[in-house]
Amino acid sequence: MTAGVLRNLPALVVIVPLFMGLVTAILGRQGRAHWLALATAWVTFGLTGLLAYEVLQSPLGFVTYTFGPWADAVPLNLAARPGAVATPGIEYRVDHLNALFLVIVAGMTAIVILGARLSLKKEIPEDRRHVFYGVLLLCLTGLLGITITGDAFNLYVLLEISSLTAYALVAMGKSRDKRALTASFHYLLLGTVGASLILIGIGYLFMVTGTLNMTEMARILQEEIPRRNKTVSTAFALLLAGFGLKAALFPLHAWLPNAYTYSPSVVSTFLASTATKVGLYAGLRFYFTIFGADYTISTFANEALLFLACAAILHGSVMAIQQTNVKRLLAYSSVAQIGYLVIGFCLVDASGHPIESGVTGSLLHVANHAVVKGALFVAAGAVVYRCGAVHLDDLRGLARKMPLTFTAFAVGGLSLIGVPLTGGFISKWHIVSGAIEGGYYPVVAVILIGSLLAVVYVLRMIEPMVFGKPEEGPQVGEAPPSVILPAWILIGISIYFGVNGGALRELVEGAAKTIAGGGS
Amino acid sequence: MSSVFSPGWVAIALGLLIPLVPKGKARKGFLLLIPILSYLYLLYLRSAVGVEVRPEFELLGYTMFPVYIDALSFAFGTVFHIALLLGLIFALHVDDWTQHVAATVYAGGAIGAVFAGDLVTLFIYWELIAFASAFLIWARRTKRAYKTGQRYLIWQIVSGLLLLAGILVRADAGLGIELGTIELGSPGSLLIFVAFGIKCAWPGLHCWLSDAYPEATPTGAVFLSAFTTKLAVYALARCFAGNEELIWIGAGMAGFPIFFAVIENDMRRVLAYSLINQVGFMVVGIGVGTELAINGATAHAFADVLFKGLLFMTMGAVLHRTGKIHASDLGGLYKAMPFTAVCCLVGAASISAFPLFSAFATKGLIMDAAANNGHAFVWFVLLFAAAGVFHHAGIKIPFFAFFGHDSGLRPKSAPLNMKIAMGLGAFGCIAIGCYPWALYDMLPHPGALADYHVYSFAHVLSQLQILFFSALAFVTLMLTGLYPPELHSVNLDADWLIRRPLRAIWRVLIGGFGRIARGVQTLCLESIPRSAAQFVESYGSERGALRGRGPLGSSVLVVMILLVVYLAFSLGLVPKP
Repeated sequence: MTAGVLRNLPALVVIVPLFMGLVTAILGRQGRAHWLALATAWVTFGLTGLLAYEVLQSPLGFVTYTFGPWADAVPLNLAARPGAVATPGIEYRVDHLNALFLVIVAGMTAIVILGARLSLKKEIPEDRRHVFYGVLLLCLTGLLGITITGDAFNLYVLLEISSLTAYALVAMGKSRDKRALTASFHYLLLGTVGASLILIGIGYLFMVTGTLNMTEMARILQEEIPRRNKTVSTAFALLLAGFGLKAALFPLHAWLPNAYTYSPSVVSTFLASTATKVGLYAGLRFYFTIFGADYTISTFANEALLFLACAAILHGSVMAIQQTNVKRLLAYSSVAQIGYLVIGFCLVDASGHPIESGVTGSLLHVANHAVVKGALFVAAGAVVYRCGAVHLDDLRGLARKMPLTFTAFAVGGLSLIGVPLTGGFISKWHIVSGAIEGGYYPVVAVILIGSLLAVVYVLRMIEPMVFGKPEEGPQVGEAPPSVILPAWILIGISIYFGVNGGALRELVEGAAKTIAGGGS
Repeated sequence: MSSVFSPGWVAIALGLLIPLVPKGKARKGFLLLIPILSYLYLLYLRSAVGVEVRPEFELLGYTMFPVYIDALSFAFGTVFHIALLLGLIFALHVDDWTQHVAATVYAGGAIGAVFAGDLVTLFIYWELIAFASAFLIWARRTKRAYKTGQRYLIWQIVSGLLLLAGILVRADAGLGIELGTIELGSPGSLLIFVAFGIKCAWPGLHCWLSDAYPEATPTGAVFLSAFTTKLAVYALARCFAGNEELIWIGAGMAGFPIFFAVIENDMRRVLAYSLINQVGFMVVGIGVGTELAINGATAHAFADVLFKGLLFMTMGAVLHRTGKIHASDLGGLYKAMPFTAVCCLVGAASISAFPLFSAFATKGLIMDAAANNGHAFVWFVLLFAAAGVFHHAGIKIPFFAFFGHDSGLRPKSAPLNMKIAMGLGAFGCIAIGCYPWALYDMLPHPGALADYHVYSFAHVLSQLQILFFSALAFVTLMLTGLYPPELHSVNLDADWLIRRPLRAIWRVLIGGFGRIARGVQTLCLESIPRSAAQFVESYGSERGALRGRGPLGSSVLVVMILLVVYLAFSLGLVPKP
């Protein structure tokens, strides 16, 4: 049994939530759904943890897993290119980079579901709750699948699974606010445009290389195809736009603010800490593993993304300052933070290699931002639970009424700013030192200005909590412990990251080498 | 060496526990215990591991030194503990725990920063005190205080970010993160220099101080006056001692606030300006950089924490009792608040460097050091500044608050805890003045003081001359009605032919400086923030794709445009930028 589990670990990471998602949707009535989903999420988290451990222990630095007996079958000649040989069958391939994202996605989901029960009771009607949990688990399946797979078309399929379920999850916010439906529709259309671009891009790559296996594709692209191939260039541009949309990188972030604002609190937390990160991961996989760092850096992409990332930081922060709805404020802050996630990968040194501390910084920021934004959305969810809405006016006097929620807001806000001893500081430190190393002084200035703007929007949340006079009316108490518990776990993790990284650092350093080294 | 943690953490950790302690006597006792425990821990650290303690640990790939104790840091650490204790006693009646937490964490951060052994550790505390101290302003809970606190915090964060950038640039250039002498000249060092300069309130970078300190709570201003600027003085002494630039900057700091202080009506703002002026003396001392001068800067910082704290306490007590703080509203309070009046006089005498009061024993060190090293012009500026101090802080504060025209206010005497704190502060000022040798023994270079005679005939005589003529100037101006706040009551006399041009020059001087001062102030505190706020408000306010709630079509259009641009670049239709 144990040996079986260990041998099939990569498959189980995806199969467990897939299967349990269906089970939950069917058998989840009478409140069983929560416990089923909770157990599934934690088991999945455990499995990803084991998998990450295996990757860390592996002398090769990665673990592979092939589905079915196809790998040994006779190769089919599917390719348009004469002489090319396609390997059928799907391979899962886990190295430091995807192990890191797998742990983040599964871990965040597990923690989010921990506090979901009471909050969903208020926001989703009873007869749909089991379906909700089922869809949530399916979405998790999709996100984990994108991250774990070593097959380009499989990635697209799972991307669609995660996107379709995400649209459904956002739409379920309609019982609290009808605008969730418009938000979901907007998200659906833009998401579909993005997915089509990705599909066309993958199709072009398949045309050229004749394979869908990423490792094989990477080898062929980097060794056999001439640099100036027009098909490859077109695929490159299509994928850049597609993944930019999925990761909500400015100016393709238009779907994000509403989707985060009007979806149920649990979904905001879940999406904010997982979905865009997985979009980013897929982009990294294509640009650093398949196209290869050398190719990517030789194109226009670096400068373009660097510019867009800086614009994202400034635009997102300034927009965040204007918001009066806290969830929307946090959503715009995410738009800004995605800039930090991208910047680190665009910094190259004089010899044209990615700068390792920049890459490390952005990877750390993936973890830090997932954790911190998760904590902040959980705290916002606690306010929704008590007050029904989260306008800045609803926060008045919160520090006294809901001290635990307030503290989560305050510490989370400090981490967004990047104050020392929080995780946000460590990642910004690395990114800034990477930028200085590469001589990118305007980028340093943008990051520092971004921190100042973050001070302003965080203060806009904190001010009414501490100094506002609560309105007359029924006294609101602290949110129930189970609702606010996830925020505190995440705050604890954030401070742990800020003081000492531990296993996270090991994964991140391995992943940074994967990227800086140009392939696994 | 993870077993040794910085002395600052005692106050920070205990400070965060304050809300959990039940209100009333238990909390008061707990508050007073914090500085005592913290200081005992510091003494223990120093004695257990020797005079120079330097434990280390690894973070971010650098070796960090969270605790570094030598004579310089110990002197600052000691006075910070005294300031915390006096401040807490002074604030003991306050019911609002946010202020107590902010004050103790702020003090703990300042203590931690003084004992930081490397730049990164220093930076961490640098940011911590920025946030903690802002709460002392916000705790006044008015709209105005909130806005001021926000501006204050932004200035502090800018200083922190410059420090961070400076550290990283230096680290990238292979200069390390050592907290030691830093050579000016590389860009990283310059960034750090300016970062220190903001906290130190250099001319032009000082706006946050005179803007924010008078808006703090009556008790909060006492803490603010003690830590931030003195920490900057410490950092400058540690890293930039002996830089000629500092002499001129310091001279500017000592000189320019005089003009501001004279025309200012808010008493605590007058004190804020005189705070900049006193820090100017310290900066000059650091710039001269000889052992005597560094001793002088340290000693003067020590004395300044006490007398400036004392003056802020007396004004805090007045504000607490009367609710008023403007010179024009106050006056004649000595009958109602005699103890506070006496303490204020002691503080005024100390800041004006009367013999037998503290600044006499400390300022002289800096003046002598400047004169000995051939900075005659600077010596004159300092002389002028010293006279100005006596004029605005030594005479104006007590005169307008406690004497002068009777405002008719008859408040109750200050609360007992305030009286105790003021009494202790006053005692400290006199003790340093009468027996400076105890302080001299704590200084970083005790050897340099062997042939310094504090109560020499020359010192006492020259100081008394300054005081006498400064007092004469004040009296003359008051009697002739030329003192700025009273400009309206001028009597014409036969000698107006002589007085007229003199008065015109005086007015141009005061008016000109006042205009420049207000210009700088408006620019830093109103115009720039206002236009920034306007930009933020108007930014992206039209409905559109970027706004995130515009029509779908425009969002898809953005995707398409971006795709076309990408394709154009990717296929080489447009040359790579």
